[in-house]
Amino acid sequence: MSEVLIKIDNILKKYDDNVVLDGLSLDIHEGEVVVVVGPSGCGKSTLLRCINALEPIQGGMITFRGEKIDGRSKTITALRQKIGMVFQSYELFPHKTILDNIILAPMKVQKRSRADARKEAEELLDRVGLLDKKDSFPRQLSGGQKQRVAIVRALCMHPDVLLFDEVTAALDPEMVREVLDVILSLAKQWKTMVIVTHEMSFARAVADRIIFIDQGKIVEEGTPSEFFDHPKTERAQAFLQTFTFDKVEKEA
Amino acid sequence: MTSLGLDVLFKGINMQRLLAGLWVSLRISLIAIAISIFLGLVVGWLMTRKNIVIKAITRVYLEIVRIMPQMVLLFIVFFGTTRLFGWNIDAEVSSVIVFSFWGVAEMSDLVRSSLISIPKHQYESAYALGMSEVQTYLSVIIPQTFRRLVPLAINLITRMIKTTSLVMMIGVVEVLKVGQQIIEANRKSSPNAAFGVYLTVFILYFIVCWPISMFSKKLEKKWS
Repeated sequence: MSEVLIKIDNILKKYDDNVVLDGLSLDIHEGEVVVVVGPSGCGKSTLLRCINALEPIQGGMITFRGEKIDGRSKTITALRQKIGMVFQSYELFPHKTILDNIILAPMKVQKRSRADARKEAEELLDRVGLLDKKDSFPRQLSGGQKQRVAIVRALCMHPDVLLFDEVTAALDPEMVREVLDVILSLAKQWKTMVIVTHEMSFARAVADRIIFIDQGKIVEEGTPSEFFDHPKTERAQAFLQTFTFDKVEKEA
Repeated sequence: MTSLGLDVLFKGINMQRLLAGLWVSLRISLIAIAISIFLGLVVGWLMTRKNIVIKAITRVYLEIVRIMPQMVLLFIVFFGTTRLFGWNIDAEVSSVIVFSFWGVAEMSDLVRSSLISIPKHQYESAYALGMSEVQTYLSVIIPQTFRRLVPLAINLITRMIKTTSLVMMIGVVEVLKVGQQIIEANRKSSPNAAFGVYLTVFILYFIVCWPISMFSKKLEKKWS
């Protein structure tokens, strides 16, 4: 198996007395697509936020290529450049055009020239079919378009791993597809990704490995076919049951 | 036909005197506004910090300013402190102190509310792109805060300019006081002067404040 990129080792995350992640360990390998599923409030989004130190952890350790991830360290901005993140609510910068949204961090953080950043941003925008929107403002775009821009913005930093936090949860159903297609094409290019989603058919298609979390612990993990077709634990079975509906039998 | 009382304005140097009075009003408000904007930005930012002591102090300060009529503040500073501390500050300086005291409080509250109206996720998405705290503030948070702040600040600025008409109560000869003097001096020769002079004062205030509001409208339109 390929090299371990992110090592999550026995982490504890709590808000006051409320334990959200409870001794969770997980290795993410280079080129791997890990999909994290679980009931809402199980801690899966928190897990992603801990990986790039948006949330401090109270115990255990997360390392990226052997380097400890710590929100208070001086090297955190360098590490975060390697860890791209896309949020549920897109979070484009509303006062900047699409192009400026994308090239802001490459210019400010990586000190790349405007021309260089712009060239790459335009190529990436073209790939997701939004080149004609480069001079628009975020408010002029649909949710699906905004989310594709947010993905491009993360990609333009050349991250080694991308974290997707329920990126389609705020979208209208017909816009979900256009965003998921972009992520599927990234998976084909061997991008390392950690994806939190409620789209089970997408999870099955994109994942190399499914992680099922409940109450802050990994309850089950396996390949998509193992997990979806033959879930081993009762909790996973119950969880998957919530996505299927039996035909209504009208009462006599 | 009854006279509108505008004739007094053309007697002697009355018009120049009114304009000189207007300059006094503007001088007081401009200095106070400059101080309010600068300190308001600092104090407003401090108010968003989680320090309990700073929070308590700024809270009390803000409440005092809100509750106290500006005129009472003027009287306290100009008349009240003179004997108590044995100093002799002139009326114009007292006015600048009071208007700054008021302006900083209101401005910092506007800055605070504009800052906290920026969603937490805006900070996080900037951090997630590897931006430092300083870069995040400079490129993401402050530009957005500024856009929310400008219309509110301009409203405060015009209110401050208008309220300087109170400073005549502590003896500053500003535009309104000059107007009164002109009216008094011409009571016999132009009994209708009150209308003409106050109308002129009104127009002078309008000429000062209107372009400021128009500027704000223009910016809002550009940013929306």
